[in-house]
Amino acid sequence: MNPAFLYALVGVGLFTLGLYALIVHAHLLRKILAINVMASGVFLVLVALATRTQGAAPDPVPHAMVITGIVVAVSATALALALMLRVRAETGRAELAEEPLE
Amino acid sequence: MSDIHWPVIVILLPLAGGVACFLWPRRSVLLGLLTALGVVACVAGLGGQVVEQGAQRYAVGGWGAPLGIDLYADGLSLLMLTVTAVVGLGISVYSSGYFERARYGQDRARHFWPVWLFLWTALNALFLSADIFNLYVTLELLGLAAVALVALAGGADAVSGAMRYLLVSLLGSLFYLLGVALLYHSFGSVDIAILAQRVEPSPAVWAAMGLMIVGLLLKTALFPLHFWLPSVHASAPAPVSALLSALVVKASFYILLRLWLEVFPFANAALAQLLGLLGAAAVFWGGFQALRQTRLKMLIAYSTVAQLGYLFLAFPLASITGWTGALYMLLSHAAAKTAMFMAAGNILYFGGHDRIADLDRVVQRLPLTITAFALAGISIMGLPPSGGFIAKWLLLETAIRSAQWWWGGVLILGGLLSAAWVFKVVGYAFTRSEVPHEARAVPATMEWTALLMAVLAILLGLFAPWLLALLEIGSPFGRENAG
Repeated sequence: MNPAFLYALVGVGLFTLGLYALIVHAHLLRKILAINVMASGVFLVLVALATRTQGAAPDPVPHAMVITGIVVAVSATALALALMLRVRAETGRAELAEEPLE
Repeated sequence: MSDIHWPVIVILLPLAGGVACFLWPRRSVLLGLLTALGVVACVAGLGGQVVEQGAQRYAVGGWGAPLGIDLYADGLSLLMLTVTAVVGLGISVYSSGYFERARYGQDRARHFWPVWLFLWTALNALFLSADIFNLYVTLELLGLAAVALVALAGGADAVSGAMRYLLVSLLGSLFYLLGVALLYHSFGSVDIAILAQRVEPSPAVWAAMGLMIVGLLLKTALFPLHFWLPSVHASAPAPVSALLSALVVKASFYILLRLWLEVFPFANAALAQLLGLLGAAAVFWGGFQALRQTRLKMLIAYSTVAQLGYLFLAFPLASITGWTGALYMLLSHAAAKTAMFMAAGNILYFGGHDRIADLDRVVQRLPLTITAFALAGISIMGLPPSGGFIAKWLLLETAIRSAQWWWGGVLILGGLLSAAWVFKVVGYAFTRSEVPHEARAVPATMEWTALLMAVLAILLGLFAPWLLALLEIGSPFGRENAG
């Protein structure tokens, strides 16, 4: 098994781990962190799979995609954190209610 | 005319307008309305170009596909751009009344315009994207802008709704992006046209297809992934609810449609049947839940769940007429649902609540608004001559021709469910309520835009041949691959 493939598998593992945490944890900060772990997993897959043939220089295009992805993830995280603070200010808890509207 | 770079202008103009609204908040209403008119004119310009010269491919900055970003405009993207422009103009005019004098302060209006124009930019860029990675970026931009708009209403419901929406939206995008990664690895390109030539079934492609479809279904809120939609669409300010229901959920459907037809043409029939079944379940569940609601905006939001279900009935039918039917449904739903949310916004603005049982003879006080609601209801039910009727007719015709009549049954029963809740609301609008309530004059612009959008939904039925001809420009519905 070549190392690139191993990295890609780890990426998929991170993605799954993040998905699990996103579903299981109620606290919004944990949910936001979980989304970030999932994103890192996807980025790892992209970077790892850029090495198509062993020994050859890796394809730069996925790296450019990851940079774009990181920019998107940072902005999304900032918005999520700001919203989390607003949720806490409005409801007193940094969690989402089970039933949003009665 | 032909040397004007319309595709870029259509994206840059709302972006510039949004920045201008952000820089000069005092003038934001004027700037916003001017930008909206400008975008409509530019989409018309692009439309003229596409109709005259066929599908357009445009390399931004002259870089070209592997390194640069390509824009692509064919009949399908033009149709989506046009519906966005028309609905967008309506919503801009409506918002100029809604945010100015509503219980929202000046502050909210200031935040509305830049974010709304950014959302418009993201929509236009999405419909013009030629590669699946650019689609991911625009999908994220769209999601972030939409979340910010939902949070604009303030209060616990809206902020929690926005947070839920953000998490769902990011989750959907990540599934999609993982699919993009697998496709790029397999075929070395993210360009839709190149992928369409190179793609062949393999385990990696099946995985990519599964991931992308799940991500997009989550964003399109197809039953049973619709759980987030009703509360989000109901808690947002009225013009934002209209935007979300009419345009934002349709954007992910558009991506799904393009991928399905061009990149995954080998998807098997069982998957198509499954999507159709989920669509049918959405029609029944959404319609049934709509009937049970006591709040008007919540009711309209559940009806969106039902209407989105119809779009997926085209997958098992898999023919050009079926797809056209689904797209026609998308158009007429966009117009009708905008009108409905605007009408609900007027009622909320007028009486300060949207409890259906206490509508208290709104019909006498807001005759235009109730007319708008009823006309939009006609299109949602699918009665002639509305756009909704043409859409259902096309779908029904395909269902019978391809010997799958049961999908036709779904269409008819779904129509009956819609009729039931439309008449329920209209009935309460005529009856006197026990609870007296405050009343505030609604600006004429808000009443008239609601009515005009509803009339548009009805008139769409008459424009059918012209709009259907538009779809035949370029792939995926071009004459060359008709069959």
